[in-house]
Amino acid sequence: MEKYKMHILICGGTGCRASASEAIQNNLQDALKAKGLEEEVQVVMTGCFGFCEKGPIVKILPDNTFYIEVKPEDAEEIIEEHIIKGRKVMRLLYTDPEKKEVVSDSKHMGFYKKQIRIALRNCGFINPENIDEYIATEGYAALGKCLAEMTPQAVIDEIKESGLRGRGGGGFPTGLKWEFASKNEADQKYVVCNADEGDPGAFMDRSILEGDPHSVLEAMAICGYTMGADKGVIYIRAEYPLAIERLKVAIKQAREYGLLGNDIMGSGFNFDVEMRYGAGAFVCGEETALIHSMEGLRGEPTVKPPFPAESGYNGKPTNVNNVETFANIPVIINKGAGWFNKIGTEKSTGTKVFALAGKINNVGLIEVPMGTTLREVIYEIGGGIKDGKKFKAVQTGGPSGGCLTEKHLDTPIDFDNLLAVGSMMGSGGMIVMDEDDCMVSVAKFYLDFTVEESCGKCTPCRVGNKRLYELLDKITEGKGTKEDLDLLRNLSTVIKDTSLCGLGQTSPNPVLSTIENFYDEYIAHVEEHKCPSGQCKALMQYVIDPELCVGCTLCARNCPVDCIAGDRKEAHIIDTAKCIKCGACMEKCKFNAISIQ
Amino acid sequence: MDFQEKLVHDLVAKHGTDRENLLPILQGVIDQERYLSEEAILKIAKEMSIPAADVYGTATFYSFLDTDPRGKYVIRVCKTITCAMKGKNQIIQAIESFLKIKVGETTVDKKFTILQTNCLGWCHKAPAMLVNDDVYTELTPESVVDILREYREEN
Ligand SMILES: Cc1cc2nc3c(=O)[nH]c(=O)nc-3n(C[C@H](O)[C@H](O)[C@H](O)COP(=O)(O)O)c2cc1C
Ligand code: SF4
Ligand code: SF4
Ligand code: SF4
Ligand code: FES
Ligand code: FES
Repeated sequence: MEKYKMHILICGGTGCRASASEAIQNNLQDALKAKGLEEEVQVVMTGCFGFCEKGPIVKILPDNTFYIEVKPEDAEEIIEEHIIKGRKVMRLLYTDPEKKEVVSDSKHMGFYKKQIRIALRNCGFINPENIDEYIATEGYAALGKCLAEMTPQAVIDEIKESGLRGRGGGGFPTGLKWEFASKNEADQKYVVCNADEGDPGAFMDRSILEGDPHSVLEAMAICGYTMGADKGVIYIRAEYPLAIERLKVAIKQAREYGLLGNDIMGSGFNFDVEMRYGAGAFVCGEETALIHSMEGLRGEPTVKPPFPAESGYNGKPTNVNNVETFANIPVIINKGAGWFNKIGTEKSTGTKVFALAGKINNVGLIEVPMGTTLREVIYEIGGGIKDGKKFKAVQTGGPSGGCLTEKHLDTPIDFDNLLAVGSMMGSGGMIVMDEDDCMVSVAKFYLDFTVEESCGKCTPCRVGNKRLYELLDKITEGKGTKEDLDLLRNLSTVIKDTSLCGLGQTSPNPVLSTIENFYDEYIAHVEEHKCPSGQCKALMQYVIDPELCVGCTLCARNCPVDCIAGDRKEAHIIDTAKCIKCGACMEKCKFNAISIQ
Repeated sequence: MDFQEKLVHDLVAKHGTDRENLLPILQGVIDQERYLSEEAILKIAKEMSIPAADVYGTATFYSFLDTDPRGKYVIRVCKTITCAMKGKNQIIQAIESFLKIKVGETTVDKKFTILQTNCLGWCHKAPAMLVNDDVYTELTPESVVDILREYREEN
């Protein structure tokens, strides 16, 4: 990158691409050409900056100026003002929502200040379709170091010492897993990258693959070296077309450079990677199911042991790791385990990437040291709750996790702390809810997901989750009783204890954690038949306030089922038994006399 | 050899007859024909020497390996929590009234099928949908109709 004086980085992540980053790139290049600056300023399309809420993003280096919501028409002004005259285009800068100040560069944005980027180190900095840019940022140096200077055991020891734990949800120590796989002798072994990300609210792995595919390929080769495997397979869900495309390009380039294939870097080590595509089944993210799916079978989990490290793909020792786990590996090798394990907490070292979604100001991707609190994530980085509403809960860990509340805001986030409060790290999706969200409905949502995605192999999960869903549905319909709450709890415990795989073993968590943390809300549904946040349609009642009603009859004339009675100039009354809750009356009333209760 | 026979034959030749290649072969047929017809399943079973019931059983496990006829463009709207919180229902309604079919149905001209699916990983840009392999995000009832109009008009 050296020969240029300045670089203009344009986010080419899916979010920004969808809104015109390609047109912006073309216009910038045209404007540079018109000024004869194309030799001095380089325009690069990068991966996601994580600030998708305000995309498309354009960043200028070296001063880190961060322009948001850029339109193709803005290109000329950026070149004219910023590049030529050195004056920032103020109207495109970000304004801090709390302090109401314009922030001139990314280094001073709350969003980036608390973050440490390891897995996302290259996302938003390099062009993911150009291997040279990856190499320029120490890319493939770690693989070179392993092959030239380290024995497989030394690499395993380094990873063990780093304390790295699997980012796919389970949190199993990665070094230990590699060691098992390396100790099992076989004529053929496999390295598998699990890119089947499907948790609601999760898009970390997609962003890594779209923004920095080589980091995963490099790590897979390193893993292959430690365990004596010459084949790698990436199992990626079909719903991620851009990530698939970027991976294909990356694999091709790595082969051309001799970084995949036979005799890598003259070391005698062979390793190549192929891709397999999911076909819309969430449970295939579970490692044994994933392996069966790769074998051409139904993607149903099987009992462990045997673990994949003993008998995995085609019955051979197989090491399965998550995308983000892999993305950490090259950095650990380059910077050393001692550097890595000082970041984070004692038992959960390093960082974690989270995907923020829901009712939060800065939706998008973040990476923070383990041990950061939810408060820091939601308020300092996430910019607080949308539209000034009140924070109610954050769901972590997808369908396996739980809803955390106000009282958990100061809990440092790591694998063990989240488990202790009834949730899970999961893969890193965080969905933020505000006062308008009904927690019974939220639990019902997750159960709907699990019921659909359960593979059906074992009864507690197949039938039990369906029953949980039906009970929740009954409650949101206003037909639940207090006994149903006990039933929910008991059934949840049974499902957790008796299901075969991780899906069933954790699927009741959203129910249990919402009952635990929002018991009052459940009680309101079953005893008063009310939904405090007004989300459950069956429990809503339209009522007319006799004090405010002037008797104009407008509502009665608009009610499709004629259930509003009242004489002219007299207060009107809604027959709630007949009302179909269409809302027409409330919309029409000019005197705000109608409300939902 | 008819088109389908050739398609299956070429796919099997490309991937091989080992069981582990079944999914890529099924996916290859879907790419061309958008669903797995009974005939296609029988042909694959024969070429790969796998019982047809087994091929069928495997295919039906996966929601993207449809065994019902689908339109040229399969629309999959995300129905999971963040998209639902951001008005996925209005999007579905807009699509249904534009195409004059319901979720699960295919238009008479065999051009569109509407389906729902679980989280597509674009939750920060909800609501989201896939049309075959293309992703569309931050949908509004208006934008979704514009998008589909373009698909309908192109040929
Ligand atoms: C239902 C279910 C879904 C899963 N989905 C994923 C997934 O999408 N991606 C992933 O990396 N791990 C997923 N896992 C965890 C994997 O089984 C496995 O533990 C992980 O890929 C190991 O990699 P790691 O040690 O690097 O985390 C899932 C587990 C279960 C039970
Ligand atoms: S727990 Fe559920 S998903 Fe897992 S094997 Fe049993 S039925 Fe299948
Ligand atoms: S429209 Fe409003 S003011 Fe008029 S009759 Fe109905 S409730 Fe009363
Ligand atoms: S909500 Fe609809 S059905 Fe009910 S009273 Fe108002 S207009 Fe009539
Ligand atoms: S897609 Fe551009 S910032 Fe995320
Ligand atoms: S919930 Fe719709 S894309 Fe994730």
